[in-house]
Amino acid sequence: MARRDITSGNWAAAEAMRQINPDVVAAYPITPSTDIPMKFSEFVADGLVDTNLVTVESEHSAISACLAASISGARVMTASSANGVALMHEIFPIAAAYRAPIVFALVNRSIGAPINIHCDHSDSMAERDMGWIHLYCEDAQEVYDSMIMSVRIAEHKDVLLPVFVCQDGFITSHCFEPIEFLEDEEVKNFIGERDPMFPLLDVDNPVAYGSLALTDYYFEIKRQQIEAMKNVRKVYEEISEEFYKLTGRKYPIVEAYKTEDAEYVAVIMSSATGAVKEAVDKLRAEGHKVGCLRVRMFRPFPWKDIAEILTGKKGIAVLDRAASIGAGAPLFTEVKGALYDSGTIVPTNSYVYGLGGRDFFLHDAEKAFTDLINGDFSPEERYLGLRE
Amino acid sequence: MAVRLKDLTTKDTPMTRGHRMCPGCGAPTAVRQGLLAVDKPVVITCATGCLEVSTTIYPYNAWNVPFLHCAFENAGANISGIEAAYVALKKKGKINKDIKFVAFGGDGGTYDIGLQALSGAAERGHDFTYICYNNQAYMNTGAQRSSATPTGASATTAPAGKKIPGKVQRAKDLTDIMAAHHIPYVAQTTLHNPQDVIEKVKKAIETPGPSFVNILVPCVLFWRIDPAIQRDICKLAADTRIWPIYEVIDGQWKLSYKPKSFVPVEEFLKPQGRFRHLFKGDAWKHVVEQLQQEVEEKWAYVLERCKETWEPK
Ligand SMILES: Cc1ncc(C[n+]2csc(CCOP(=O)(O)OP(=O)(O)O)c2C)c(N)n1
Ligand code: SF4
Ligand SMILES: [Mg+2]
Repeated sequence: MARRDITSGNWAAAEAMRQINPDVVAAYPITPSTDIPMKFSEFVADGLVDTNLVTVESEHSAISACLAASISGARVMTASSANGVALMHEIFPIAAAYRAPIVFALVNRSIGAPINIHCDHSDSMAERDMGWIHLYCEDAQEVYDSMIMSVRIAEHKDVLLPVFVCQDGFITSHCFEPIEFLEDEEVKNFIGERDPMFPLLDVDNPVAYGSLALTDYYFEIKRQQIEAMKNVRKVYEEISEEFYKLTGRKYPIVEAYKTEDAEYVAVIMSSATGAVKEAVDKLRAEGHKVGCLRVRMFRPFPWKDIAEILTGKKGIAVLDRAASIGAGAPLFTEVKGALYDSGTIVPTNSYVYGLGGRDFFLHDAEKAFTDLINGDFSPEERYLGLRE
Repeated sequence: MAVRLKDLTTKDTPMTRGHRMCPGCGAPTAVRQGLLAVDKPVVITCATGCLEVSTTIYPYNAWNVPFLHCAFENAGANISGIEAAYVALKKKGKINKDIKFVAFGGDGGTYDIGLQALSGAAERGHDFTYICYNNQAYMNTGAQRSSATPTGASATTAPAGKKIPGKVQRAKDLTDIMAAHHIPYVAQTTLHNPQDVIEKVKKAIETPGPSFVNILVPCVLFWRIDPAIQRDICKLAADTRIWPIYEVIDGQWKLSYKPKSFVPVEEFLKPQGRFRHLFKGDAWKHVVEQLQQEVEEKWAYVLERCKETWEPK
C-alpha cells in the first residue's frame, strides 16, 4: 500500500536512502544538499538504517571514501552540490573507470563566482564528460523514484556505472509537495541485494584497482566504459518498466508533451518544465501548435529520441540552465547535434535562463515560443529573465 | 611482541619481486619488511607516487593482496572507505574474515597534498594503518621539494644555486602532528634495523584503531647515493639523530634507539649528492650548523617527551 505525504526533494531523497539502507554513506554538507546527509544522520541515530555513515572532512574525501567502499563491495550513496561537486571532480572519472555503482543525489546549484547558493546546472554540466549517468528530475516524486531505480541501473552487470540523480536546488530540494512513497518491503524487494563483481574485500581472490595503463592499454579500457554507457538505455528501459508496473509511474528517457502535432517545440530539463508546459497549454488555447520536450536523461544522451520527436518541426527553442562560456550551451549543442544526424534542418534558437537561481516565469517560456512563432531565428544565444 | 627474524625468512610477502622500482630504493624494503610479520589478511591502498606506479604497471602487478590506487591526495579517505565497507558488510554477515587495512603514501602524498585526508581518517578513528614511505621529495615527478625535504637538500624545485643553498625551510614534523591526533599508535623509524621496522609495523597493524608509521627511506636518485649503502645511510640517519627512532603508544612516548656516541650530522650528509654543495668551500657552512642545531632541538624535545636522558660516549 502506497503511503502519501508532503515532503521536499531533499527529504524525498533521504527517505529513499533510508529505504534503500545502503552499506556506506560518506557525505559532507553544502547548501542546498545538506538536508540529505542531515536527515540521513537522524535515521542513523535512531537506528532506522544499518548504514556505516562516514562523516568525512571534505567532499574530496567523501567521493574517495565512496569509491573505495563501492569497489570493496558495499552499496554506497552520497549527496552534494556546486563547490562540493567541483571539489570531487578529480575522483568522478576514476569512480566511473573502476565501475563503482555509486548513487549520488546531486542538488543543482550554481558554481561561483559570484558565490551564490541558488539553482542552475553549472555544477553537474561541468561533470558531463566524466563517465557518469545523468538523470535530471522535474519534481520531488521523480527524485524519490529515481534514487530507487538508480540503484538497480548502476549495479546492473551490463552497466556498472555511477549515477547522478539531479534535482533543482531550493526549487525542488526545499519546496514541499505531495509524494507517494513505496513501502519499505517494496523498495527492499525492488532493489534486491548487491552482488558485486571483483570486490576488493575478497581476500581469497585478490584484485588490483588502479593500475598504471599507458599508451598500450588506456584506450581499450576507455572503450569498455563507452560500451557500458551504451548499455544504459536498454537496462534503463527494463528497470523503469518494472518500476512502472510496481508504482504506475512512468519515466521515459525523454518526456514529450503535446509534441506530436506541434510545429514549435521547446526543449528543457528539470523543474522549469512546468512553466513551459503551462505556456504550451496557454498558447494552444490561442490556436498555436506548440509542444514541450523534457530531457530526463542527459548521459547517455538520447540523440535518437530527440531527433525523432523534433524532425519536421518548424522551429525549436532549447532552454539551458547553464552557459558554456565561449561556446553553445550544453543542452543546445547536444540537441543541435542530434538534429544534424537526422538529416533535417530545423531552425533552432538557444536560450539561457535561470542562472544563479533567477526565477523562470510563464512569460519567459511564452517569449521563447513567440520568437519561434514569429519566425525570429538567429544563431546568437538569447537570455530569458536577464536585465541587459 | 618480539619477532624472530629466522621464522620470517621463508615467509611470502604481500609484495613480490619483479616490480620496477630502482635498485637500492628504500620503499619496497619498507613495504616488504613492514608487512612480513603481519599474519592477518591485508588490503592495501597506495597514493600516487613511485611505489604505486612502479608496482602496478598494467597488465602486471607486484601485489598478491587486494590493492587500490585512486589518486595522490586521498589514501586516507580511500582506506576509510574500504574499512567502512568492511565494517558494514561484516555486520551484515557478508564477510566473516578478520581483515587489516594498510595505506601507503610517499612524503608528498602524506605530508603535503594528502595531509587533510589522513588527518580526517585519524580523527574519525577507522581501524587502519597508514605508512608513509618518506624519501623526502616528490620522486615520481622528478625530485621536487616537499615539506619533508630537509634544510639544505638540493631538490629540483629548490635547487642549490649561486645564491640559495637548496631548500631553505625546515622539514615539517609529521610524526608529531600525527601524535597530536591522540591515536593509539604512532611511530617513526628507518631502515637501519629490519627488526625495528617489522615490529613497529606489526604493532601498528595489530593495534585497533588508527595508527601511523613514518619510515625514512632512501631514494637513490634524489639522495644520489650508491644503491649498496641503503642500510648504512639509514643507520647514519639514526646515529646522527637527524631522524629519531621512537614510538608513541596511547600517548606515551618511547625512545626506540639511543646512539652510543655523538655523530655529527655531516656524517649523514656527506655521502649524499643532494647535500654535496654544502661542503664545497665555506659558503654554506652555516647551513650545516643550522641543521645540527635543528637536530639538537628536536632530539631534546624527543628526549623530554620520552622522559629519557642521553650521555654519549
Ligand atoms: C592532484 C595531483 N597533483 C599532482 C600529481 C603529480 N604527482 C604524482 S606523484 C607526485 C609526487 C609523489 O611524491 P611522494 O608522495 O613523495 O611519492 P614518491 O614519488 O616520492 O614515492 C606528484 C607531484 C598528481 N598525480 N595528482
Ligand atoms: S626514483 Fe627514488 S623513490 Fe622512485 S623508485 Fe627510484 S629510488 Fe625509489
Ligand atoms: Mg617522496
